[in-house]
Amino acid sequence: MKQGNFFERNLKIIFPMPAVFFVLLLMIFPVCYTLFISFSDWSLTAGRPMRFAGISSYIKVLNEPRFFDAIIRTFVFTAGAVAAEAVLGTIIALILNRTFKGKELLKFLLLLPLVATPVAIGIMWNLFFDPTIGFLNYVLDTLGLPKSGWVTEPSTVLASLMLVDVWQWTPMITLIILAGLAGLSPEPYESARVDGASALQTFFRITLPMIMPTILTAVILRAVDALKTYDIIYAMTRGGPGYSSETLNILAYKFSFEYFNMGQASAVLVFLFLLVLAFSLGVMKIRKKFEL
Amino acid sequence: MKNPLRYRLAFAFIVVIIVVPMMFPFFWMFMSSIKTQVDIIHWPPKFIFEPTLQNYSRVFNEQNFLLYLKNSSIVGACAVFFSLLIGLPAAYSIARFMQKRLLMLILVARLMPGISFLMPWYIVFSRLRLMDSYIALILSHMLISLPVVVWVMSSYFESIPIELETAAMVDGASRMRAFLVIVLPLSVPGIVTATTLCFIFSWNNFMFSQVLSMEKTRTLPIAVYNFMSYAEVDWGGVMAAAVAIIAPAIILTMIFQKYVIRGLTMGAVKG
Repeated sequence: MKQGNFFERNLKIIFPMPAVFFVLLLMIFPVCYTLFISFSDWSLTAGRPMRFAGISSYIKVLNEPRFFDAIIRTFVFTAGAVAAEAVLGTIIALILNRTFKGKELLKFLLLLPLVATPVAIGIMWNLFFDPTIGFLNYVLDTLGLPKSGWVTEPSTVLASLMLVDVWQWTPMITLIILAGLAGLSPEPYESARVDGASALQTFFRITLPMIMPTILTAVILRAVDALKTYDIIYAMTRGGPGYSSETLNILAYKFSFEYFNMGQASAVLVFLFLLVLAFSLGVMKIRKKFEL
Repeated sequence: MKNPLRYRLAFAFIVVIIVVPMMFPFFWMFMSSIKTQVDIIHWPPKFIFEPTLQNYSRVFNEQNFLLYLKNSSIVGACAVFFSLLIGLPAAYSIARFMQKRLLMLILVARLMPGISFLMPWYIVFSRLRLMDSYIALILSHMLISLPVVVWVMSSYFESIPIELETAAMVDGASRMRAFLVIVLPLSVPGIVTATTLCFIFSWNNFMFSQVLSMEKTRTLPIAVYNFMSYAEVDWGGVMAAAVAIIAPAIILTMIFQKYVIRGLTMGAVKG
């Protein structure tokens, strides 16, 4: 009886305990461990014990041109792809926001790029992009345009990867905004009709302001994920040709598991960690400001 | 349906313009998976050809495909089960005791790039001789599914009127009992949403399995990727493997469409 009471009284501690323990063990501890290693010159291939090395790993990483290129590339990829997804996704959602036959089927089709295995998507697009047998060059050829190297050329690889990201994730923005539009109250529209507002006025004065918070949240969610894009880039190019599609995630992976240079890999991870943290904090500020 | 015919035709036309580019890569992947190698590398691309199943039989026979299928299923099922086991009580506690900070802590796992945990895991799991074990893989996949469970379920629990529990507790039931007997059965739709999403995420996971699994526990995405890197010229086989790995996720989505949409969109719409 007494034990039961103890359990009941402390339920708010006991219930979340396993999950908290799990997060501490698999998330907080690894982050601390990474921080610790980043101050060493540890390398799994050198075959010597870990040594304290101060901030030398950080200095090496900051002097690495590939690191800065990767930062810029990550931002270009994220900003470009997410902006395109936001515009396209919103337009498609506005078009589809009505009742019609086959809407449920269409929503199912919209889900397919979101649930399909990214590695398989990458492979599928590689066939599509293939310079000699790929379908996209067939389209260019038919239109009388010069063929492109797509992911095999340093100059086009990032844009090609962004195209895949846009293809894959625009439906996500569309679905979110469709759900947002479905929840709008009909009253402002009724008064607008009574007042004789034009369709354009109704859109810019009522619809857009009302779904703006939804669009913004969708964009933020997407941007957080786009910063972390890994599977598709790795499966399609492994950061190549050369280093021309190496984003921060790919660079961190290569430092860790191809060069086994744990000190420098940890330094890259700490930078990546801070970047995402700063982005997330910024996002929260924005969300507060717009009272989302 | 009061709209005149030409409006409806124009709308249908626009829908086609949206759907065709979205679906064409899938269509092309499937077509290529039933083409012979000669037909695949044919220029210009062939639209009419004699279909073959030899790519599929090659993938299923030559590769350890069934082993990888088993591994993916075990890891996915276990990651979902254990995430529900520790995530449901945590989500309930967050919903009923307003533990916002706890929610934030668990959601940080959703924000952080997986690679930032992977290197320490690799070192620790190697030391513990847990590389290429189900345990390491399941734990890593749980880091993805636990935040999903907590996120989906904490807002689901909030939507269940608290009066149902208080009434039961006035009648002498413990809070634990109220949770198990009253709240959980009412939460089945939420649990279905979380389960479906988590299983699909685990099924699709590439990065964690790439580092933590080897021959014995290799999951399907890694097998398909490896197949592509050593059989790059065998486009037909690679496409058949891609179709095979996508199919289960699509079937799950078909069955649970409503739940998947709710799960994917809830973060933004609810705010």
